[in-house]
Amino acid sequence: MNCAAELQNVSAGYPSRPVLRDLSFAVREGETVALLGPNGAGKSTLLQVMTGRLRAEAGVARLFGRDVRQLPAAERARLVAWVPQQLDVPMAFTVEEMVLMGRTAALSRWQGSSARDRQIAEQAMRYTDVLDLRSRLFQEMSGGERQRVMIALALAAEPRLILLDEPTAHLDMGHRLEVLELISRLNCERGVAIVMVAHDLSLAAEFFPRLVLLDAHGRIAADGPPAEVLREPIIESVYGCRVGVHPDPDCGALRVFPRRTRAYAQAGK
Amino acid sequence: MRKPLVQLLLYLLAPVALAACVLLGPHGFAWPDTTTPIGQALLYLRLHRVAAGFVVGAGLACSGAVLQALLRNPLADPYVLGVSGGGALGAALAIFFGWNMLHALALPAGAFAVALATLLLVYRLASRGGVVSVYGLILSGVVISSMLGSLLMLLVVFAGDRLPPIVFWMLGNLQVSDTSLLLSCGSGVGVAFGIVWLLSRELNALTLGRDMAHHLGVRTEFVVGLALTAATLAAASTVALCGLIGFVGLIVPHAMRHVVGADHRRLLPAAAVAGGVFLVLCDTCARLVVAPVELPVGVITALFGGPFFLVLLRRRKPTALEAA
Repeated sequence: MNCAAELQNVSAGYPSRPVLRDLSFAVREGETVALLGPNGAGKSTLLQVMTGRLRAEAGVARLFGRDVRQLPAAERARLVAWVPQQLDVPMAFTVEEMVLMGRTAALSRWQGSSARDRQIAEQAMRYTDVLDLRSRLFQEMSGGERQRVMIALALAAEPRLILLDEPTAHLDMGHRLEVLELISRLNCERGVAIVMVAHDLSLAAEFFPRLVLLDAHGRIAADGPPAEVLREPIIESVYGCRVGVHPDPDCGALRVFPRRTRAYAQAGK
Repeated sequence: MRKPLVQLLLYLLAPVALAACVLLGPHGFAWPDTTTPIGQALLYLRLHRVAAGFVVGAGLACSGAVLQALLRNPLADPYVLGVSGGGALGAALAIFFGWNMLHALALPAGAFAVALATLLLVYRLASRGGVVSVYGLILSGVVISSMLGSLLMLLVVFAGDRLPPIVFWMLGNLQVSDTSLLLSCGSGVGVAFGIVWLLSRELNALTLGRDMAHHLGVRTEFVVGLALTAATLAAASTVALCGLIGFVGLIVPHAMRHVVGADHRRLLPAAAVAGGVFLVLCDTCARLVVAPVELPVGVITALFGGPFFLVLLRRRKPTALEAA
C-alpha cells in the first residue's frame, strides 16, 4: 500500500532547541493514527515538517511519494489539510466565508469562488453539521462549533490526508466525543487518512487502531495497536508519572489514568 | 451582518457625492461659468482637487485594509506604523536634493523607498523570535515615527533656499498644481490596488495566521512581501502627493468591514471608494466651514478619526490585542 505521508530519518526543530532526532515514520493511505507524547515531545513539530511549514534539517519528508519541499504550495494544499488546536480570527468572517477559504488553492484569482467551490463548501458544512450556522460569524461560535467549522474548512480542500493538532484540547467531553466521531466517520466514509495529535490516551485507544508515542527527546517510544503501546512501563517512563491501565469492563477498550504518587492528609483533619 | 443595500448605495452615491463636491463653493452649489477664463480655471482647479482627494483617500484606505489583514489587527494603518512618516522623510529628501525638479517620479520614488525601509525596520523591532506582537508594532511604530519627524525637522533647518518648497509640501494640500505628480501618484495607488485585489484570496487566508495560510496553499513569504510592498506603495504615493493625512487608513477599512464583511474581494474596492469619497468630503468641509480661510484637511480627518480610534481601543479584548 502507498504512503500518504512519510518521514525518513528526519531531524528538525529550532536553532536553540532540536526537537525531532533522526525520526522515521510513515502513514499509509486511508490509515488513522493518533500521535501521543508529553508536552514538548515534538508532536506539532512533526506535523509541521510533514506539511513543509518547518524545514527538516536532515532527512526527507514525503507526501504521497513526493518530496514536500518540491511540491508547489497549491498542489500540496489539495493533498493535505491541517486543523489547528484553536484559531484566533481577528476579522468578522462568516462561517461560510471561512469554509470557502478551504478552497483558497482552487479559487480563481480573477473571478473568486465558482458555483462548484460554493457547492463543495456547502457539502462540507452539511457533513460537519454547521450548515445552519453558515451566515453567522465565526468569532461568535462556541468551541465545539468552531472545531466543526475548522474541520469543514479542511474538508472543503478535498484532501487525501488531514492532520489535526489537538483538535479536542479545549472541548468538554461531550464535544470531544462528537469531534472524534466525526473524524472516524470521515475516515470510514471517505477514506481520508488521519493523523491526530491527542493527549487523552483513553479516547485515542478507543478511536484509533494505531498509536504512535513520542518520548520527551523527540524519538518514537512505541508504535502499534493500543494493546502494544499502552503498557504501564512504557507510559510511566515516557510521561514520568505512575499510571494505571485497565480494559474497560463494558467495551474492552484500554483506559489509562494517572495515579497520585503521594497522599497528603486532608486539611481540617 | 452583510448589508447589500448599503453596499449598493455606496457605489451609487459615490459619483454623486464627488460631483457635488466639485460644484460646491462658498456660496452653495453652482456650475462654474465655463464661458469665462475664471470659470474654466475654477472648474479645472476643483476637478484637480477632487481627483487628488479621491486618489489619496483610496490609497490610504487600501493600504490600511491590507496592513490590518497582514498584521491581523484592526488597529494597524500606515500612519500608526510609521510608514507614512518614512514616506514623508523620503519625499522631503527628494525635494531637498532637488530630484523632484528632474523627474516627476522622483518624489513618489523617494517616498516609497524610505517608507519601505521604515516598515521593515518597525517590523523587525517588533518581532521577538518570529512572533510579532501588536503592542510592539504600535510602540516601535510610534517611536520610529517621532524619530523620522525629528529627521524631517533637521532637514528643514538645513534646507536653506529649499525651505519654501519643503514647507509648502509639508503643509499638505490637496490642491495639487502639478498634473504629472497627480498622474504618477494616481498610478502608484492604482497599481497597488490592482496587486492587492488580485491577492484577495491570499489576504483572506493570511487573516487566519501564517500557519493556516501555509496549509491552505499560500506561498506565505512571497505573498506577505508583495502585499506589504503594495500597501507601502499606496501609502507612499499619497504622502508624496499631499503630505501626511492620518486616520483615513484606520477608520475607513474598519467601517467598511461592517458594511461588506471581511472578505477582501469585496472589502478592498468598497474601502477604496469609501476612502476616496470620505477624504473628498472632509476636504470640502475643510475649504468651506470657515471660508475663505481653509483648514488643513488632516485636522478634519483627525477630529473624526481620533475618537473613533479610542473607542476601538477600548472595545478590543486585551487577549485579542496581545495575539500575534
